Amino acid sequence: MAPDRAGLGDAGVERVAVVFVEALRRSGIPIPVGSTVTFVRALAEVDVRTRADVYWSGRATLLTRPEDIDVYDSVFAAYFGRGQARVLRSITEPERVTVALDDGDLPPDAVDGDDSDERDVISVRYSPQEVLRHRDFAQCSDDEIAQVHRLIDRMGTAAARQESRRRIASRRRATHIDLHRTLRDALRSGGEATRLATSTHGSRPRRLVLLADVSGSMESYARPLIRFVHAAVVGRARVEAFTMGTQLTRITRELGSRDPDAAAMHASDAVEDWSGGTRLGDMIGRFNDEWGVRGMARGAVVVILSDGWDRGEPAVMAEQMQRLARVAHRIVWVNPLKASAGYEPLARGMAAALPFVDTFIEGHSLAALENLAEEIAA
Amino acid sequence: MSSVAEVSAALAAHDYLADDGLATAIHLAMQLRRPLLLEGEAGVGKTEVAKTLARWTGGELIRLQCYEGIDLGQAAYEWDHARQLLHLRTAEATGAATAGDTDQLEAELYTDRFLVRRPLLRAIEPVDGPPPVLLIDELDRADDEFEAFLLELLSDYSITIPELGTFRATTPPLVVITSNRTRDLHDALKRRCLYHWVEHPDTAREVAIVRLRAPQVSETLAHQVAEAAGALRALGLYKPPGVAETIDWATALDLLGNEALTPDAVNATLGTVLKYREDQERVRAGGLTELVEDAIRRGA
Repeated sequence: MAPDRAGLGDAGVERVAVVFVEALRRSGIPIPVGSTVTFVRALAEVDVRTRADVYWSGRATLLTRPEDIDVYDSVFAAYFGRGQARVLRSITEPERVTVALDDGDLPPDAVDGDDSDERDVISVRYSPQEVLRHRDFAQCSDDEIAQVHRLIDRMGTAAARQESRRRIASRRRATHIDLHRTLRDALRSGGEATRLATSTHGSRPRRLVLLADVSGSMESYARPLIRFVHAAVVGRARVEAFTMGTQLTRITRELGSRDPDAAAMHASDAVEDWSGGTRLGDMIGRFNDEWGVRGMARGAVVVILSDGWDRGEPAVMAEQMQRLARVAHRIVWVNPLKASAGYEPLARGMAAALPFVDTFIEGHSLAALENLAEEIAA
Repeated sequence: MSSVAEVSAALAAHDYLADDGLATAIHLAMQLRRPLLLEGEAGVGKTEVAKTLARWTGGELIRLQCYEGIDLGQAAYEWDHARQLLHLRTAEATGAATAGDTDQLEAELYTDRFLVRRPLLRAIEPVDGPPPVLLIDELDRADDEFEAFLLELLSDYSITIPELGTFRATTPPLVVITSNRTRDLHDALKRRCLYHWVEHPDTAREVAIVRLRAPQVSETLAHQVAEAAGALRALGLYKPPGVAETIDWATALDLLGNEALTPDAVNATLGTVLKYREDQERVRAGGLTELVEDAIRRGA
């Protein structure tokens, strides 16, 4: 960036900094107060009349992840550029995207309604449990709520285990001698080591990575699946969640809240491509490049929630699934349309992916999701 | 040291060419005495920053390589149990250990002479001369619980050992933390640090880096290699080459007696710059001649 005036005089640096931080917050970058203080202190250490110095000081003190750089750049340009106020207003109003999650009440007779439309062919297969899956918590009976909670509870505890480097005290499976404890014990008996304390490797939950397809063809399944993902993220540590649409969006943080409705709303803020078309193979490739192969998917259980309807090349899908399979512990593919007859013609991408999938299961009903919860724990 | 430009110049004098962003972050880390958290692709020179800072300031480079399961014993301090046991036996043999003396014996065991110092503790010990540079490398490989151990160190530059008390640095070390971002680090940790995302350098800077780190390489070759590396990065490979690979590549080409890129030379040395079979196949399928001609044209 060419050094020119940033419009920061000596007076009022704090004020300008605070207002700038406020603008960043309104644009959706979370910035704790402590960072603002650091930013102001940083400005005292650089030449505040130099645009680049101010820019990079803000980058170093206010940002903590590369995803925020674009927003930072536009707010910075608006704030320290020409015609600041007007531009600033326009970018600080975040565009709201309404989520097509709620598919409304399902009239009781719709289940045996006309089956000329393909969508209805699928809904003919709705079991009572599936109806529950589609309904708001607010509209559920107590029994149904209890059933949904049961699913969430099971997700919260279940996780495949892997051996950890961390050691735990153990007499039964002694693999190492714990000298520290041996010595402590010895002191109690006046310096005589009468017994060797031993330890062994502990175990820890495997990382779980959920990739949820939110493209148009998945519209009617998006809500229960996102709830399922939410239950997984809240219920246990070491879970990562992404949505795949026209772009790959990480929603782990957005789903962090305990309130499922608030979480779904946060996630919809993060995801800008609900119900767009999808190039599924490319999305999995993006995940591999940016997160998975780098470490997130290594040794992890990867769950892909998708109907496998890929608008891209099947060859790309096969290649990317192979890369993922090489680093992941297991790949579980959950296909809500697996039970549907009308689905087969669309399955080119799915067919390309299948050789690399360890478990292929249905995801169209509560029972199927319960089955998935067990698969994840296996 | 008073300005970003001076930091840039000092780093360059020690063979590291930083862009404005990185230089500002380093300048602020030194002035505000904050740890510097560097994230970025593998091979963009994150670790090298700490090594360069050590060469520049003259402080000792203390490196802690993180891995899964690393704990306080390997990172901060450990008691020398073998010597402690020996001490107990000696006390017993000389009759110093009687039932009543247990407390005193225990007090003796947990003293400085039985303490084994690991990198984190060494980094905050008093030193004559410039404070050390503490490199906490690839923190994302450690369990997230380990980050909690670091919080006290990073905010107060102190470590508390229950048996001995709190050690506090008189002059805080320069702390550089690197992460490849295989997982997010905790916000509590990030809050204590300055942050910089390290990008691949632009072509001009990459040429300068190659010339600096591999001075034996001809200028023509340096330009062409940097252009070719830039072109490879634009191909969307599994693992785009980092600066480290570019330097290796230039060095390898030079070793084989090349003054300029040729398709044959690239074919022979592709393994120094691309480490995935699929990536190599893809580049070969795309045409090495085209890659080379393009690099020569733009590098001229």
